[in-house]
Amino acid sequence: MSITRKIVLAGNPNCGKSSLFNQLTGLKQKITNVPGTTIENKEGSYKVGSTQIKLIDTPGTYSFNPKSLDEKEAVKVFFEDIPPQTILYIADAANLKRNLFYFSQLAQHNIPMVLALNMLDIADFKGFEIDIDRLEKELGIRVFKINARTGEGTDAIKKALAEEQFVPHYAFGSELDHTHETHYDAISKLLNKTTTLKSKRELISNKIDAYATHPILGYLMFLVVLLVIFQSVFTLASYPMDWIETGFATLSELLSDLLPDGWLKRLVINGLIAGIAGVVVFVPQIAILFFFMGLLEDTGYMARVSFIMDKMLRGLGLSGKSVVPLLSGAACAIPAIMSTRNIENWKDRLITIMVTPLMSCSARLPVYTLLISMAIPSTMIFGVVDLQALVMLAMYVLGTVAALAAAVVFKWLIKHDIPSYFIMELPIYHPPRWNNIWINCWQKSLSFVTEAGKVILIVSVVLWFLASYGPTAESNLELKQAGKIEESYAGHFGKAIEPSIKPLGFNWKIGISLITSFAAREVFVGTMSTIYSVGDEENFEQIREKMNKDTDENGKPIYTLAVVLSLMVFFAFAMQCMSTLAVVYKETKTWKWPTIQFVYMTALAYLGSWIVFNLFQ
Amino acid sequence: MKLTELAIGQIARIASVEESPFKEKLQEMGCIAGVLIKPILKAPFGDPIAYELEEYTLSMRCNEADSIVVRPLDPLFNIS
Repeated sequence: MSITRKIVLAGNPNCGKSSLFNQLTGLKQKITNVPGTTIENKEGSYKVGSTQIKLIDTPGTYSFNPKSLDEKEAVKVFFEDIPPQTILYIADAANLKRNLFYFSQLAQHNIPMVLALNMLDIADFKGFEIDIDRLEKELGIRVFKINARTGEGTDAIKKALAEEQFVPHYAFGSELDHTHETHYDAISKLLNKTTTLKSKRELISNKIDAYATHPILGYLMFLVVLLVIFQSVFTLASYPMDWIETGFATLSELLSDLLPDGWLKRLVINGLIAGIAGVVVFVPQIAILFFFMGLLEDTGYMARVSFIMDKMLRGLGLSGKSVVPLLSGAACAIPAIMSTRNIENWKDRLITIMVTPLMSCSARLPVYTLLISMAIPSTMIFGVVDLQALVMLAMYVLGTVAALAAAVVFKWLIKHDIPSYFIMELPIYHPPRWNNIWINCWQKSLSFVTEAGKVILIVSVVLWFLASYGPTAESNLELKQAGKIEESYAGHFGKAIEPSIKPLGFNWKIGISLITSFAAREVFVGTMSTIYSVGDEENFEQIREKMNKDTDENGKPIYTLAVVLSLMVFFAFAMQCMSTLAVVYKETKTWKWPTIQFVYMTALAYLGSWIVFNLFQ
Repeated sequence: MKLTELAIGQIARIASVEESPFKEKLQEMGCIAGVLIKPILKAPFGDPIAYELEEYTLSMRCNEADSIVVRPLDPLFNIS
């Protein structure tokens, strides 16, 4: 019979915890939801003989009294109905004192523990020598030397976790006295007995920081990093995106041959497949962006960006820690909003959540591409920059400026007593741990597909129904035979809202597209191609031609420069993403904030479009 | 004197941490009376500041650093 042992992996941030987890479990990992919360824990497993080891990874934490949401989830596993059989605690040997503080708090809970010392090479470089035997004796538990990067020493841990372990018996405090001072005092005494400092050398990290945080070079470096990332996102992602599009096109052709004519065929091809394709096509862009974000975080550079951006962002009601969510927002607001969990201050976090969807996400890209190609000539400015590229860049700037401006407004509106603080470790620079970066990138992309995918799929099917069926039998016939989308439910909605969007220069056809793009913004392009009866969705040329030829009852063209710009501004500001609203609800645990977000962004979009339309009219 | 009053590179010993909503966080991160601390790096505009604290680098805003009272070490001691 096999036995299952539940082991929790704990430790400070930046101590190599993810590396160890990946070394121990390989790719046998899954993300599990703690019931009733948004909290996610990573779970992995492996086998030693007949013993099954279930290893639960927790987010890196500095103490047992959690400050931020991701620290709270780390601590939660110790209070579950079945407490873990053993805690595997990993510590950075080069910074043992602070790393042992959380250890000292966990050591009071009567749970057996195992200590893994990582980064011994850096400790050695710094001149630290650790007497492992002495440390084992003092603590009363087993201590292992490991190198989480290479996997050295992890086999011994694998075996040890299959056996009964010991509860630490070192007294970090007394029955009544558990202040931070007594714990740190006890740790100092322990380290005096077990470690010696031979020499002291300065790490190269400090030399890099002189440039990375330099008042001019530091920002310049960050700007170059951003440019490289965005350039790569656009150029590298275009190839896999082409393959995905071709793949889905082939699939729907195949299915249309296989399935009998009828509603089922239309549902599968125009509803389901189109919906899934709409989600999957963004995966390359999102994965590449997360790859770079992971790279920047893993090497330690992201902490420096937070460090140099904090002062500026603070004035806007944000914090240095808002940098990661805002940048991720350029890929997709959903994972970006989930990454706000490490912001301790509730107000800072809430403002970051509220403004992140204004950052120009990848779903807006196809909309901008179509609209820009309709109204903006591709001419060279000063012989170097394409005007179309310049307008695209302007849309990104517009989104960023709007996000920062909205943050200032929320800073004034939201009342909160607890002052914000910024107390953050600057980890030493590491060469990238590719394995961790790949796994992280894979898991984040997967969570995008599942989180956004669910909502987009459902909404796509609903919208497909609304666009394919009408209220009466005649309208259904018209729809089927002449493809007259105005006869459908969606068409009726579009006509119904026409009076309210007329001031923005939009007609009922645009109205339909605005409604359908509430599933996801890029649906706009698909709807336009349906309205103008263009078979091939991705054929921008054809859609553009037909849209440009469209005229109103007086024979004047509909898509003037004013209308197109107005439409672009509308897409820049409007909250047209159900999946994001669902995530905001999950993260704030109330409908209040997603409602406010929807209302303020829609109002901003309406106002912005109205101004732009009237300016260019 | 306050932690923010130290010059870059000047070593001091933490004397006390004043009461504040972030006192606990500071203590958890190792800002405990008796510990050596040294400002090593200022962000552009002079805030936040990064400190060498025992064996690692901790950054905090001036607002937080103001709540930490320090005693500079003897200048002779600083040469190391």
